[in-house]
Amino acid sequence: MRARWIIAAIVLLPLLAATGYGIAAQYPLIDKLENAPPRSAFSRKLIADGARLAAIGGCHLCHTAPDGADFAGNRPIPTPFGTIYSTNITPAPGSGIGQWSEAAFARAMRAGISRTGRHQFPAFPYPHFARLSDADLHALYAFLMTRRPVETTQLPNRLLFPLNQRWLMTFWNILFFHPASSRRDPRHDAEWNRGAYLVAGLGHCGDCHTPRNLFGAEESGRKFAGGRGEGWTGPALPAAPTPWSTAQLFHYLRHGWDQTHGAAAGPMQAVAAGLGQADPADVRAIAAYLSSREPRTALPRGHSGNAEPAAGNRLGAALFAGACARCHAGGAPMLPPHGIDLRLSTAIAAADPRDAILTVLGGIRQPDGRAGPYMPGFADSFSDRQMAALLSFVRARYGGGPAWRGLASRVRALRQGRGQS
Amino acid sequence: MITLTVNGRTHRLEIEPATPLLYVLRGELGQNGAKFGCGFGECGACTVIVDGEPVFSCLLPAIAAAGRKITTVEGLGTPAKPSPLQAAFIAEQAAQCGYCTAGMITRAQALIDRNPSPSESEIRAWMEPNLCRCGTYLRIIRAVRRLAEAWAKAHPGAPEEASR
Amino acid sequence: MSAVSPSRRAVLAGGGALVIGFSLHRSAVAQDAAAPAELPGDLAKEPLLDAWLRIGGGGDITVFTGKAELGQGLKTALVQLAAEELVVAPEMVRLITADTALTPNEGYTAGSHSMQDSGTAIRNAAAQARRLLVARAAGLLQLPAAKLQAKGGTVVAADGRRLGYGELVGNDLLHVKAAPQSTFIAAKRRRLIGEDVPRIDLPAKVAGGAAFVQDLRLPNMVHGRVVLPPAYSARLRSVDTAAASRLPGVLKIVEDGSRLAVIAETEPQAIRAMATLAASANWDEAPDLPDPANLFETLAALPAETVPVHDGPGDMPSGANVLEARYRRAYQMHGAIGPSCAIGLFDGDALTVWTHSQGVYPLRAALAQLCGLPLAKIRCIHREGAGCYGHNGADDAAADAALLAMALPARPVRVQWMREQEHTWEPYGSAMLVHVRGAVDALQHIVAWDYTVRSSAHATRPGGAGNLMPAWHRARPIAQPAPQPLPLPEGGGDRNAVPLYAIPRLRVMYDFIPAMPLRASALRGLGAYMNIFAIESFVDELAKAAGAGAIDFRLAHLADPRAKAVINTAAARFGWEGFFRAEGHGRGFAFARYKNLAAYLGLAVEVAVDHESGGVRLVRATAAVDAGEAINPDGIKNQIEGGILQAASWTLYESVRFDRSRILSRDWSSYPIMRFSQAPDAVEVHVLDQPGQPFLGTGEAAQGPIAAAIANAIADAVGVRMRDIPITPEQVKAAIGV
Repeated sequence: MRARWIIAAIVLLPLLAATGYGIAAQYPLIDKLENAPPRSAFSRKLIADGARLAAIGGCHLCHTAPDGADFAGNRPIPTPFGTIYSTNITPAPGSGIGQWSEAAFARAMRAGISRTGRHQFPAFPYPHFARLSDADLHALYAFLMTRRPVETTQLPNRLLFPLNQRWLMTFWNILFFHPASSRRDPRHDAEWNRGAYLVAGLGHCGDCHTPRNLFGAEESGRKFAGGRGEGWTGPALPAAPTPWSTAQLFHYLRHGWDQTHGAAAGPMQAVAAGLGQADPADVRAIAAYLSSREPRTALPRGHSGNAEPAAGNRLGAALFAGACARCHAGGAPMLPPHGIDLRLSTAIAAADPRDAILTVLGGIRQPDGRAGPYMPGFADSFSDRQMAALLSFVRARYGGGPAWRGLASRVRALRQGRGQS
Repeated sequence: MITLTVNGRTHRLEIEPATPLLYVLRGELGQNGAKFGCGFGECGACTVIVDGEPVFSCLLPAIAAAGRKITTVEGLGTPAKPSPLQAAFIAEQAAQCGYCTAGMITRAQALIDRNPSPSESEIRAWMEPNLCRCGTYLRIIRAVRRLAEAWAKAHPGAPEEASR
Repeated sequence: MSAVSPSRRAVLAGGGALVIGFSLHRSAVAQDAAAPAELPGDLAKEPLLDAWLRIGGGGDITVFTGKAELGQGLKTALVQLAAEELVVAPEMVRLITADTALTPNEGYTAGSHSMQDSGTAIRNAAAQARRLLVARAAGLLQLPAAKLQAKGGTVVAADGRRLGYGELVGNDLLHVKAAPQSTFIAAKRRRLIGEDVPRIDLPAKVAGGAAFVQDLRLPNMVHGRVVLPPAYSARLRSVDTAAASRLPGVLKIVEDGSRLAVIAETEPQAIRAMATLAASANWDEAPDLPDPANLFETLAALPAETVPVHDGPGDMPSGANVLEARYRRAYQMHGAIGPSCAIGLFDGDALTVWTHSQGVYPLRAALAQLCGLPLAKIRCIHREGAGCYGHNGADDAAADAALLAMALPARPVRVQWMREQEHTWEPYGSAMLVHVRGAVDALQHIVAWDYTVRSSAHATRPGGAGNLMPAWHRARPIAQPAPQPLPLPEGGGDRNAVPLYAIPRLRVMYDFIPAMPLRASALRGLGAYMNIFAIESFVDELAKAAGAGAIDFRLAHLADPRAKAVINTAAARFGWEGFFRAEGHGRGFAFARYKNLAAYLGLAVEVAVDHESGGVRLVRATAAVDAGEAINPDGIKNQIEGGILQAASWTLYESVRFDRSRILSRDWSSYPIMRFSQAPDAVEVHVLDQPGQPFLGTGEAAQGPIAAAIANAIADAVGVRMRDIPITPEQVKAAIGV
């Protein structure tokens, strides 16, 4: 992916470079505020609305470093083109957005242009945020401007040349950024329309659930056909061995698990944790919209749990019996969300074993003191060969679809990737 | 027939390949160190070292342990002749009931083996999978730090936190 | 002042009647108080010296205690006492703990009583034995006793002649009643008391020695597992035992009413058979649990007996500044790291049970009723389990082992519960509610206090078989008896309900709820945890209303110099004055004397509150404790440190989850507790030794103060008062707003 992008860039570079600076210069600096607006400039309700919206947008996820101050940025965001460090969006006057007027904030959110007129990289999902209503933007501004200001030293991005050239985004925007405001679909009710607006805009679900082209832009014709996020699959929306009802999807998005579909893993875990803080009505709207969509890819229903398809894989069977059965076998003592019926697992039904491998390697954990789904990681317990035997057993017994190929080497590769990130 | 190498000794055992290692250690080999705590990989009382990695023995099928180097707390030292880490636990009186202790020591030993002088935050992060209900976490950290400081003292040229 | 006068307190501290679980102790306490020449500690219960201490012909010393090692370091402290008074090295003392065939009956090891009861008895017995040995040597050597010295297991004369304890003791020297007074080894000659003697049980525990009942292996031992009903209400409708009985190694399947169990040759075989049996069982269950969303409304509406704890005037004087608050605490569990375990052996006539029960004698009585055997045919032997922190599944697992042993005579049957069984069936610490009104005047004095605490039982320990859970499920069940409130002065739900502060108008009531929506019993500290949380939180609220500082306000309402000393020490060592309040950080203080008659504790903490999530982190804690004469200061520190961490975990994270029929907290992910990353940066404990003073129980002294200190520090950090335990991030975030 990265190599192809570099070739494309080299071809296009001379062409673009000639006009690049000129076009980029069209974005003016927006004057800075003398002081950040005081808390009293916003109503309590507005700030609270903003907090609930920010939870949907997941601002905190990308703009807070591990062990860093809330919203103070410097979290490393892995992209196919290198690592980008998120910015400080606290109202700190120096390194944060304390001197940003609401107009500057709105332009950054909707057009990807910072207050000083600089391009932002689309790792910041402005192509989605372009759809935000004025009212929602206003609330988000109120929320962010009332956070605790923290001055920081911005870490430099680690992007390959020429991908670190911000002016290149001019052309990226010309090619791929076609802002559209969400239009109401009169065939559906208000809740559905609210859901559609949040999914396409603030929720930026397509970031992980829509495939990207070699320029890193979401493919417009394949919305929600399945993408990639932080090394995990973003499954097609909706796709699962059993259809999602609105109620099931609502529970999943609010709590990070659902009895009939299993637990969120990978980056989705934090997304769901954020949605737990959002306005329940908005989450219900998101669930209503997504569950109304036709499945993009119908995943096969799993087998009825009989051992036949797994015959011959005695190692896999033994590993499952010794390591997994206490939670995942029929009659196991655990209740969902611990140890769901694996026939219901999207990861086990998926054509690509990526998420299944990552989950078995790393497990599922909750942040400090929170109750919720748990699974131990087995990276240190099993060799690549053992992991492959186990997964191929699970796939055959519970997955339904064709056998996964080349499991051992996939495990090896993903195990190494885990070690790095 | 499964062959297990535990604390340097090889055992050939007629056991079900799915039997979790914990029950092989306690049942077939008569060991006491690894304890049953939860059987879900949530508490670490059963932790043993397999090929240098701390592993929940309650969820490690015997077949998966075959041919690998297994070290239990019994393999580190004895009550009469404790290992440096075991001695550090005694010196800090880093226990109350002691049920979690063997799992704590094995997990900490796997850390010490790769990083002889871990910092407090490295110790906390590494030990996270293991639970103590009596509330002796700070004493356990002190016990591991005691070894780390002794190592740093003996290696004055080495960086403060030795890397892997 | 408080309901307990100083003189009465002193008598009780010395007399130390054990109160947990026995209503008959109501009268025992009264007798103790009336008795004129009381024997010290549990010598009052068992006055013969050789019940506590025996010396063999070879000079070997064996000490007997009816108390049990629970991880609190009891064995080490008792050995220290005996070895000190007998002037021998600790290694020369062999200690036998709770065993109905060998040791005195000291009831339960509970309520922070062990040092007062057993420690006092053993120290006196050893000191009196030493005097008897010296006196006999004086007779044999024809020297005055004053010219002789006990040392290293011998009595030595100035001229060099010496006689070993073994030579002196004969058959009957120690078979005498104890005297009320003893002469202890003089302070300047002490080698062990007051020293940080290392725990005698640790070398085995760090190196895989057989240290626990879980590690006990008897010849021909087999393994039992039980299938417990999925809900309190569940009754077995049908079960197909065929599949399980065909599994390899299965020796026996027990079906007795709603009680299902298996016995197999090996442990994994038993576990597999248990899972198979469980999968083939069908149960009828009813939604008989309270709606978790309205738990406290349900508890408030349940019928209760009102116990007047301190029946004074409860009205608020006019003109004073009156405050009112309600505090609540969720159901919380003991959560031993090792699930309960026991081994039973029935030889066709007599039953032996190895158990980590806190009370081998009461358990024996309960098993006699359960199994239909005479008392004399049952022996209960204590072996350590994982720390229990009160009445957990230990006794129930012992009953399981006893019943399975009866079902398969002649082979020892070891039963260990699974994690989910311990989590869902152990008796929890009862949910509690407190309603308090108080008034302060312009002179910063508390002038009135009206307090009501409400809860279910805090002790449903066996005494009868009806408190053993397996008895409920048999075809001929024994119902659980109606629980009783524990008597004052120690109390149950009303433990520590009376503030020690000088308050002219004071009224304290306890609404005891006989019903138990969730199974409940003694959890470390009982009601003291909640009462101290409520009292010490409310005192801070009153101090704030009065415009007074937390430390000064407390000191102004206390006369007891020992109480003031722990407060002043904790505040000074913490750096209360000059505390630097970083953004989101705050300091909080709390004080209590456990049960109003045991150890004094002053505690200052710093917390950090995350504004965005509402998450609270305990940053550091500094405690000062006065436990009377400190036998092993590091042991006391370990108990206080551990209590601080454990109760911080209760306070910040823990509540039992349930739906209308089942307990949902089945493991550590559905009942999270503190892990390494959440442990505070530092905990400091300062022991204020009181040589010559009676031992004051410390094991539970930190539980309540840490809860209040955390809440007070949150109020200091972010200006909101948290009154519901656990203090969840959601709750804090809702209070501080966006």
